[in-house]
Amino acid sequence: MSTLPLIVVEDLAKTFVLHNADSAAIPVFERLSLEVSPGECVVLAGESGVGKSTLMRSIYGNYLPTQGSVRVLHDGVYVDITQALPHQVLDVRRRTLGYVSQFLRVIPRISTLQLVMEPLLENGVSSEEAQARAETLLSALRLPRAHWDLPPATFSGGEQQRVNIARSFIRNYPVMLLDEPTASLDAENRAIVVTLIQEALGRGAAMIGIFHDHDVRDAVATRLFGVSEFKAAA
Amino acid sequence: MDAAVLTKPHPTSGMTQAAPLLRVSNLTKSYGHVVGCRDVSFELRPGEVLGIVGESGSGKTTLLNAISGKLPPSAGKVEFDTSRFGLTDIYGLNEPDRRRMQREEWGFVHQNPRDGLRMRVSGGANVAEPLMNLGDRHYGRMRAATIEWLERVELDTRRIDDKPRNFSGGMQQRIQVARNLIHGPRLVFMDEPTGGLDVSVQARLLDLLRELVRDLGLAVIIVTHDMAVARLMADRLLVMKSGFVVETGLTDQVLDDPQHPYTQLLVSSVLQI
Repeated sequence: MSTLPLIVVEDLAKTFVLHNADSAAIPVFERLSLEVSPGECVVLAGESGVGKSTLMRSIYGNYLPTQGSVRVLHDGVYVDITQALPHQVLDVRRRTLGYVSQFLRVIPRISTLQLVMEPLLENGVSSEEAQARAETLLSALRLPRAHWDLPPATFSGGEQQRVNIARSFIRNYPVMLLDEPTASLDAENRAIVVTLIQEALGRGAAMIGIFHDHDVRDAVATRLFGVSEFKAAA
Repeated sequence: MDAAVLTKPHPTSGMTQAAPLLRVSNLTKSYGHVVGCRDVSFELRPGEVLGIVGESGSGKTTLLNAISGKLPPSAGKVEFDTSRFGLTDIYGLNEPDRRRMQREEWGFVHQNPRDGLRMRVSGGANVAEPLMNLGDRHYGRMRAATIEWLERVELDTRRIDDKPRNFSGGMQQRIQVARNLIHGPRLVFMDEPTGGLDVSVQARLLDLLRELVRDLGLAVIIVTHDMAVARLMADRLLVMKSGFVVETGLTDQVLDDPQHPYTQLLVSSVLQI
């Protein structure tokens, strides 16, 4: 297995500027550097509001950092997410960089099964194989079979979250970002998610996670990373 | 894997750069002293969906019309990778060649189905017409293709001979979509395609469009003032204000972390339900 880090964050800074509120500047972090190697699960630590999710979203390309670079090893080449063109970022997300958020973005009329299969279909996997894997995963996550053909809009928070998890773990992404994937799950489902994370780490995935649940954190973290150490001066 | 990649000067150079399907350079359209759009440049790749957003009067439709060959620009160029001539300035083509290229390789879905359909002929004839325009004279084959497309846009094929006015607004819009996709275009322009529809009908049409775009690998330029439509459909966005492009980028980045004051205002003005 390669020992190159899969994520290299260098000198990253993020300040939000709210132009419609007297251009108020909200500095979040600065001079932040972080490397994550295959098999590592780095858990972001720090109290609420310290910028854990902002860092995660900056790495995913969802937020635009003010300074610095985020390089992700994609097809053997480092792609700087902060500089790459939109189609390049989308390609990195499609094939290399998975993201599990707390919330599911529901698309009207699309069934749960379709939603979970989508990442495989986008990568050219046959519909039969995608469906078989989606069913295996949804069963493992104990989502009732009667729900599979329904759009998840009306599901409970915990059910939607399990759909989200199934959608993200159906592919073996080399790099995964986990933003509180177990937030609204019961103990049994949390244990299943822990197993999925451990299996992915065993395959050599590199992960960055936010977990408020200490049991989950202790079960998966290979090290903690304190975001507050990089707090930007206001 | 080679550690040398770490020291490459251009970390993204390993990614293949496909030729653009469309290249717009310094496009400007003014009406006398009034600026429709000014100095707009971008490239579109095969299979890419570009959203143009901004409020009414920001120049979205002027830009779309100038790009799609309907409105000669005051300055600048629109180049398209035509199958006959390669990458060509579309306004440099003579009129018959340009019209042929538009018929063969493009589609245009209007906001109002009445602008995109012929209201005096049947729904089926509307769908089949592009094939006929491209020289198909085999009635059975055209009818089969029409039925297939009516099914793809979820219309009752028994109504193939009904006139467009006998269909609801949402159905008319689906006829227009079928009419604009049946000939296998490589680039489709859409001007507020869900604009005049009820929300439930809108959701269904969006869903259908999203599926078709993915299955056919279409490149699309879609104009919308609806941020939810932009998020669902577009890979990347151009935000327009007063004829200028004020911000561009990956759709979710522009909507979740807008940089320009106008985009921030636009995004924060969306009501949550």
